[in-house]
Amino acid sequence: MSVSTMAPLEPALKVIADLAPVTEGRIIPLLQKLQEAYGYLPRDVVLEVVRRTGLPASRVFGVATFYSQFRLTPGGRHTVRCCRGTACHVRGSKAVLSAVKSHLAIDDGETTPDLKFSLETVACLGTCFLAPVIMVDNDYFGSMTPGGIKKVLDAYQ
Amino acid sequence: MTTIKLTLNGREVEAQPGQTILQAALDHNIDIPHLCHDPRLVPTGACRLCLVEIKGQSGLHTSCTRLVEPGLAVETESPAVRASRKNTLELLLSEHRVACTTCDADGGCLLQDYAYRYQAAESRFPNVATPEGRPNYTSGNKGLEYDPSKCVRCHRCVRICAEVVCAEALTMKQRALKSEVATAFDLPLNDSTCELCGQCIDACPTGALVARAAKGLGRAKDLEKVRTTCTYCGVGCQMDLNVNRKLNRIVRVTSEPGCIPNDGNLCVKGRFGFDFVTSPERLTTPLIREGDRLREASWDEALALVGRRLREIRDTHGPDSLAFLSSCRCTNEENYLAQKVARCAGGTNNIDQCATTCHAPSVAGLAAVFGSGAMTNSIGEIKNIQTLFVIGCNATEAHPIVGLEMKKALRRGAKLIVVDPRKTWLAQHADLHIQHRPGTDNFLINAMMNYIIENNLHDPAFIADRCEQFDAYRENLKEYSIDRAAEVCGISPDLIRRAAEMYAKGTPSSIFYTLGITEHTCGTENVQNLGNLAMLCGQIGKESSGVNPLRGQNNVQGGCDMGAIHSVLPGYQKVADEAVRKKFAQAWGVEIPTNKGGRVTDFIEQADSGLLRAFYCFGEDPAMSEPNQDHVVACLKKLEFLVCQEIFMSETAKLAHVILPSTCFAEKDGTFSNTERRVQRVRKAVDPPGLARPDWQILCQVATAMGYPLHYNHPGEIFDEMAALTPSYAGISYARIDQVGLQWPCPAKDHPGTRYLHEGRFTRGRGLFHVIKFRPPAENPDRDYPLILSTGRTLYHYNIGNMTRKSGAIDQKEPANFVEINSADAAKFGLAADDNARITTRRGSIVAAARVGERVRQGTIWMPFHFVESSTNLLTNDAFDNITRTAEYKCCAARIEKA
Ligand code: SF4
Ligand code: SF4
Ligand code: SF4
Ligand code: FES
Ligand code: FES
Repeated sequence: MSVSTMAPLEPALKVIADLAPVTEGRIIPLLQKLQEAYGYLPRDVVLEVVRRTGLPASRVFGVATFYSQFRLTPGGRHTVRCCRGTACHVRGSKAVLSAVKSHLAIDDGETTPDLKFSLETVACLGTCFLAPVIMVDNDYFGSMTPGGIKKVLDAYQ
Repeated sequence: MTTIKLTLNGREVEAQPGQTILQAALDHNIDIPHLCHDPRLVPTGACRLCLVEIKGQSGLHTSCTRLVEPGLAVETESPAVRASRKNTLELLLSEHRVACTTCDADGGCLLQDYAYRYQAAESRFPNVATPEGRPNYTSGNKGLEYDPSKCVRCHRCVRICAEVVCAEALTMKQRALKSEVATAFDLPLNDSTCELCGQCIDACPTGALVARAAKGLGRAKDLEKVRTTCTYCGVGCQMDLNVNRKLNRIVRVTSEPGCIPNDGNLCVKGRFGFDFVTSPERLTTPLIREGDRLREASWDEALALVGRRLREIRDTHGPDSLAFLSSCRCTNEENYLAQKVARCAGGTNNIDQCATTCHAPSVAGLAAVFGSGAMTNSIGEIKNIQTLFVIGCNATEAHPIVGLEMKKALRRGAKLIVVDPRKTWLAQHADLHIQHRPGTDNFLINAMMNYIIENNLHDPAFIADRCEQFDAYRENLKEYSIDRAAEVCGISPDLIRRAAEMYAKGTPSSIFYTLGITEHTCGTENVQNLGNLAMLCGQIGKESSGVNPLRGQNNVQGGCDMGAIHSVLPGYQKVADEAVRKKFAQAWGVEIPTNKGGRVTDFIEQADSGLLRAFYCFGEDPAMSEPNQDHVVACLKKLEFLVCQEIFMSETAKLAHVILPSTCFAEKDGTFSNTERRVQRVRKAVDPPGLARPDWQILCQVATAMGYPLHYNHPGEIFDEMAALTPSYAGISYARIDQVGLQWPCPAKDHPGTRYLHEGRFTRGRGLFHVIKFRPPAENPDRDYPLILSTGRTLYHYNIGNMTRKSGAIDQKEPANFVEINSADAAKFGLAADDNARITTRRGSIVAAARVGERVRQGTIWMPFHFVESSTNLLTNDAFDNITRTAEYKCCAARIEKA
C-alpha cells in the first residue's frame, strides 16, 4: 500500500492511543472515533489501523458494514435526508425520494461523484406536520412535491 | 467418564457429558437436519433447522446449542418440528437461486436434501434471491468461486476460516437480505489474509462456495470418493479424492470431519495440489538416450537394457560402483522393494532416500540419545501441551495441519516459545520469540541448560532413574553462560532466561523442530542437544511431552523405516549385525552385502571421482534439490549409466540414459507412514497415463532383469512380507488400517499401536546425555558476502515445486521466487519492495523479487527453493553434517544488489 495517497494517519494514531489497548471488544468505539476524525472510514486508514492493532481486518469490515451509522465512502458537502416515515409515506414521500434520486443520479447511501450531495433515508424526522419532509444539512423543507426538488437542491453550492 | 442417559424419539441412548443433543443424535444415527453446525466450530444456533421438541419444556429448542442432560426426552421429528422445518426451508428457498440442474453440489447439498426430505415448496414465498453472477471477492480467483445467490448465510465458511484456520480472511458484510460473505473491503481473495486452504469450500453446506476448477466436471452425485493419504507433507492428512470415473479424473479433494489425524482439515497443497496428476507433462512411455536425444522405447527394451547395464557394471566394478536412490514420495512397499533390489539384485548397501537432505540428523541423533529416531508423541496430543518449544520449525506453513493443532493449544492457553531467525506466524503469536542468528542453536540450548541446572529447575530424579553420562555433559555446559550466549546468538540475555524457565516449568512441555535444526553442519549435534534438554527437565516419555521432529515428505518416516538407508535393514535392524543379516538372507534367498554403502551426497562425490558408475534414481531430483547445483549436474554427467524412474522430466531425468515412466500416489495402492509413525493406506483412484506403471511393479521387473526374479500380485503382499521381517510393523496389516492408521511400534496383531514413545524406559534402555560443543556454520559472512542466506519451504509449494506449481490456483497465489530481506538491509543495499534483486554466493547467482519487511532479522536473507527458473540451490553450500552428510541449507554467506 503506498502511503502517499493515504489520508493523514495522525488522527488515527491518536484514536488508537486514546483507546489502547484496542481489543476485539472495542471495534465499535474504534470505528466511531475514526469516523468522527475523518468523516467516514477511509479504507487505507482502517487497513493501517488493523495492521497496527492486530485486529482482524475482515471482522472490522463486517462491523463497519453491519451498522448503518458507519460509512465507507466520504460524504458529500451536503447531506440530503428524505423521510420515509409513515406520515410522510401516506403523503407521497416515495415519489419525492424517487425525484431526489433521479435528480442527483445516486441511490440511497451514495454520494454524487462531485462530492456535493449524499443521500440518506430516515424513518421519521419528527416534523410529521410538514409531511412529506426532506432535510438538507440542518434545514427542513416541508410539503415537498417531486417537482419542487430541483429548486431546493439548486440553492446549495 | 460416566455417560448421560436420555431418550431420543422414545429410544434410550447414552451420550457423553458436554455433548449437544445434536451430536448425541448424530452419534446414534438420528439425522437431525443442521445447516450451520460443523463439529469443529462453536455452535451459533443460526439456521434453526435443528429445532427439536423437549418433553415438559415449551417451544422448540435448537439441538446444536443444548447440552444433553439426564432424563431429557427429545422428539426430533414431531409434527410441530416438521412444520417448523418446512417453513424455515421454504423461506430459505425464497432467498435462494434454486438451480440444482446446473449446480456442482447437486447430490451433496444439505439444502437440497432437506427440502426434499420435508417437501418444502420452492415457490411458497416470492423469490428474492440475490441476482446471479454479481462480482465478489472470488471474482477472478482460480481456486474458489462464491455465488451469493446460493448462500444460506450459515456463516460456516466465515467461522472455519476464523476459528480453525485462524486466517480471518472472511466476514459477513451488511445485514439481512443484503448480507453476503466478503473479505475486508472486498479485497480480491488472494490479496486478503486467505491461505487458500479451501476449508471454507468444504464447510459450505450448499453450492455457494465451490472449487472453481471443478465446475462442470461432475456433480457431487457423479463423483466417487476414494479415501487416501495426502502426497505432500509428513502430517499424512486423510483426504477423499473425488473421482469422475467417466473422465478418469480427480475433480476435487475433500476431507471428512472426525478423521485421524486431520479432523477433516486440509491445507492448500492437499486441497489444490492435484492438477499435476493429469498434467500433459507426465511421462507416458519409457525413453532411451541416443546421443543428445531421448527416444521412445518399449518396456521390454528399456527393462532389458537397464538390467544388463546394471549387472555388467556391478560384475565388473564391484558393489560400490552402483547406487540406488529411493523415494520418500513413494510408498512403504516401494521403499522396501528399493532396498531389497539394491541389496539382493545390486549386491550393494548403496541405498539412500531424501532423509539425507532433511531429517537424517533426527534419525541418527535421536537414535543415539533415546534409541529410536522418530517423533515421540502424536499429533492428537498437541492440543493438551502446556508449553510448546518450537525451534527451527515453521509449522503453520510447512506442516499446516500440525500448525492448526498448535493454534488449538494456544486457544486453550498454552505458552509458546519460538526460536527462529524469522518472524513466522507462530513467532508473531509467541509468548517469547528468540530471533537468534542462524546457526547458533547449540550455544543457545547449552546456555539454557546451564541456567536450568544452576537454578535447580531440572529433574534430578528423572536423570538418576532414566539417563546416563550426566556428569560429563554437565561439566561441558559450564562454558556456556547466558551472557556469552546472548552475544553469540545476538539476542537479549533475559529472553534466554525466560525461555529456560518457561520450558522447564511447563507441565507438560514439548519440543518441536524441523530443518532449522537439522540442515546444518552440526545438524545431528543440534538434535542430540534437544534430546539433552528434554531429558534434563524430564519432559519426555509422557503424554503431550517429548521431542518431536516434524518429518518433511509424506513418507520420509516410512522410507527410513523400510531400511532405504545404507546401514540398516527394515525396522532399523543393523546391517552390521550378523544375526540380522542371517534372518534377511534366509527370507530373501541371497547373502546380505556388507559393503559400507553411502548417502546421496556421497554418491554425487563418488560420481565425480569415478568410483560410482551406475546410479538408479527414482522419484527424486537430486540435480534440483541438492546444494551447489552446477556442481551436482557436472558430477551426474560423469556417470556411465543413469536410470530415472519418474513421473516428470525432472532436472535429473534430463541427464538420464534410461527413463522409466512411473505413477503418482493417486494411481496405485500402498501405505505411507506419517510423521507420528502412523501407517496409513494409499489407494488407487485413477489409471496412470499412457504406459506408465506403478513403481513397485517397475522395481520387480528391474530386479528380474538383473537376474533376481521378483514378483508380487499386489502391494499388500509386499507389506505382509515386510511386516513379517520388521518387529515394529509386525502387528500391522491392510485389514487393520482400513479405516484408521496404526502407529508403530505395533509388534502384534492385537497391539493397539503406540501413541507416545519411551514411557518408563527409553528404547535404548537409559537415555544417553551427549556432550555438545558449539561449532559455527561452515561459511560465515565476510566483507564480500556480508549476509547469511537461509532457505526453506513456503505454505503454497512443495519442495522442488514440480507438483504444486502445476496447480492453477496455487500458481496464481505464489507464482515466482522471492527473497525476504529486512527493511534496514534493503535500505543499505538500495532495494525497494518488489525490486528485482540479484543474490550471489561463492557458488552461483540468481535473480528474485525482494520482499522487504521485518520478517527476517537484520543481516540475514531467506529464500524458498521451489522455482526451477530461479533455482536457489545454485547458491547453497555443499558443506555437510559431520555425521549424516546433510547439507547446510540454512546458512551460507551471500550478497545482494539491485538487478
Ligand atoms: S480458503 Fe481457507 S483461508 Fe481462504 S477464505 Fe477459505 S477458509 Fe479462509
Ligand atoms: S458461502 Fe456457504 S458456508 Fe458460507 S455462509 Fe454461504 S452457505 Fe454458508
Ligand atoms: S498438511 Fe501436509 S498432509 Fe495435510 S494436506 Fe497439507 S500437505 Fe497434505
Ligand atoms: S414521518 Fe416524515 S417526518 Fe415523521
Ligand atoms: S444447526 Fe442448529 S441452528 Fe443451525
